[in-house]
Amino acid sequence: MNLATVSLAYLRARALNTTLNVLLLALGIATITLLLLATSQFEERMQRDARGIDLVVGAKGSPMQIILSSIYQLDVPTGNVSWKHAQELARHRAVKKMIPLALADNYRGFRIVGTNHDYAEHYGVRLAQGRLWQAPLEAVLGAEIAARTGLAMDATFIGAHGMGAGEREGDVMHETHSYRVVGVLAPTGTVVDRVVLTDVASVWAVHADQYDIKDVARIAELLPDDEKELTALLIQYSSPLAAAILPRYINQNSEMQAASPAYETARLFSIIGVGIDVLRGFALVLILAAGLSVFIALYNALLERRYDLAVMRTLGASPARLMTLMLFEGALLAGIGAALGLALGHVLTELLGVAFKAAKQVAVTGWAWVPEELWLIGLALAVGIFAALLPAWRAYRTDIAGTLARG
Amino acid sequence: MFDLRNLRHAYDGTDVLNVAAWRADQGAHWLVLGPSGSGKTTLLHILAAILTPTAGSVSVAGQDLTALGAHQLDRFRGQHIGIVLQRLHLVPSLTVMNNLLLAQYLAGLAQDGARVREVLASLGVSDKADAYPHELSFGQAQRVAVARAVVNRPKLLLADEPTSNLDDVRCAQAYGLLESQARACGATLVVATHDQRIKARMSNHYELKEQP
Repeated sequence: MNLATVSLAYLRARALNTTLNVLLLALGIATITLLLLATSQFEERMQRDARGIDLVVGAKGSPMQIILSSIYQLDVPTGNVSWKHAQELARHRAVKKMIPLALADNYRGFRIVGTNHDYAEHYGVRLAQGRLWQAPLEAVLGAEIAARTGLAMDATFIGAHGMGAGEREGDVMHETHSYRVVGVLAPTGTVVDRVVLTDVASVWAVHADQYDIKDVARIAELLPDDEKELTALLIQYSSPLAAAILPRYINQNSEMQAASPAYETARLFSIIGVGIDVLRGFALVLILAAGLSVFIALYNALLERRYDLAVMRTLGASPARLMTLMLFEGALLAGIGAALGLALGHVLTELLGVAFKAAKQVAVTGWAWVPEELWLIGLALAVGIFAALLPAWRAYRTDIAGTLARG
Repeated sequence: MFDLRNLRHAYDGTDVLNVAAWRADQGAHWLVLGPSGSGKTTLLHILAAILTPTAGSVSVAGQDLTALGAHQLDRFRGQHIGIVLQRLHLVPSLTVMNNLLLAQYLAGLAQDGARVREVLASLGVSDKADAYPHELSFGQAQRVAVARAVVNRPKLLLADEPTSNLDDVRCAQAYGLLESQARACGATLVVATHDQRIKARMSNHYELKEQP
């Protein structure tokens, strides 16, 4: 027998009311938990994909589109850049490393990314099977693609032109040039999991008919340099100073456009952030409503219990103890609500992750934890205790003789 | 056991209680008689250290109550005084057992399940230990209320109108319980009532006059 036993007994005695308050609070906490988990994982994923890439260069157009299309493989590219200009840029002293990207086709909605081995190295990929590509039309599958499409080593497949979902009526299929799987990557938790990697020349090869070239294995030699095109260039600066020179140099002296991943992703988050803030505000309103409901419940309980409280005083309870009892009850309600809300939030996030996975979107898991959740528990407890303050004060001020004389 | 002198209590400037002097010995049984509005409950509350009188001195069990601070009064009340209220007021969400343990806990004493069972047995309600108050008859609830009042072996046992609404047989039983329980722990018993039926049962009477 202690205050906790008494509080629990009271909460049990009002089971319906208690359940309602706990649920209300839990819903608010769950919503915020879901937002916290989803946004933190989304941001982390976005940052991981863009790590080490200082600048992306593409055809003139929206810089955000360049970032989305070439780093995250989400949007369509702004256009092509000439291979010759790219070679010139690679020699610029501000450029430490330049990874070329050629995007044109997809396999069942997964992009086929023509690049060089630097790209694989940049994302630190490990091969689960086979080897990296050595010749045009050799393909290495990201882990997710291998798992979803069931393509195995030495399997062949043909790409569909465009960046869309693929296999739609009327899509141009590059039937004459099929890819062969020479390797499968281990999961990296980055964008690489969702792309097919191949040589830049593969992308030229599947479009070789346009140039009347038959020997696709030697396409890189046969195709005139003027005809070679790339989609985007991922650039690493040679020094921090480059950030001040290179973007302006590119934008002013070429037909290309430079886009900073850091700046564009920050801009993207600030746009998405509005929506997240609205949801967060909504969740806070829920928590506030829960607080109000807890307050009303405790206040009614106080009125119902005024004789109990007076009797407890006659049994030797100090006013402070009655106050603690009410505060404890508020905190207990909030604690249960918070625990339930966190659990619910994690489960909902996991369900969301499963739904996202089905839609080939970013991976989100509910079985992760963010430090902000501790703040959430603190917030819930604060709301519970705050709601209990006035009832607790009234309990503190219980007039024993007056109450008993009336009853 | 207790000693009241020049006691006066007023609400909003109107006197509701006047006691010139009243002494009782340890273990004595007293009846406080008087019509409604004569201040019986007020007197009981003052003896129980629930209410501080407007004027006068109160000493219970050798302790001057006016000299105690609020916290010491709470402690004193919990450990030395047992009260049976007219409406009993058991805590409805707790079992009989827990109602009695609560009395020990709030008094700052060790929780002693054996003592609780012993008291319940002496009042013939041991089979109700796990029942909730709403499951008890009035008679059983009254026994539990008496049990709660004596579980801490108080020096002073107070009862406010314990026999109103009871028939003659139950009235006699209720008194019997209070007397035997007070005797069992050597407590001074003070019963406030306007019930004339039990006047004959106790020899010590303190009559309160209706306030003018």
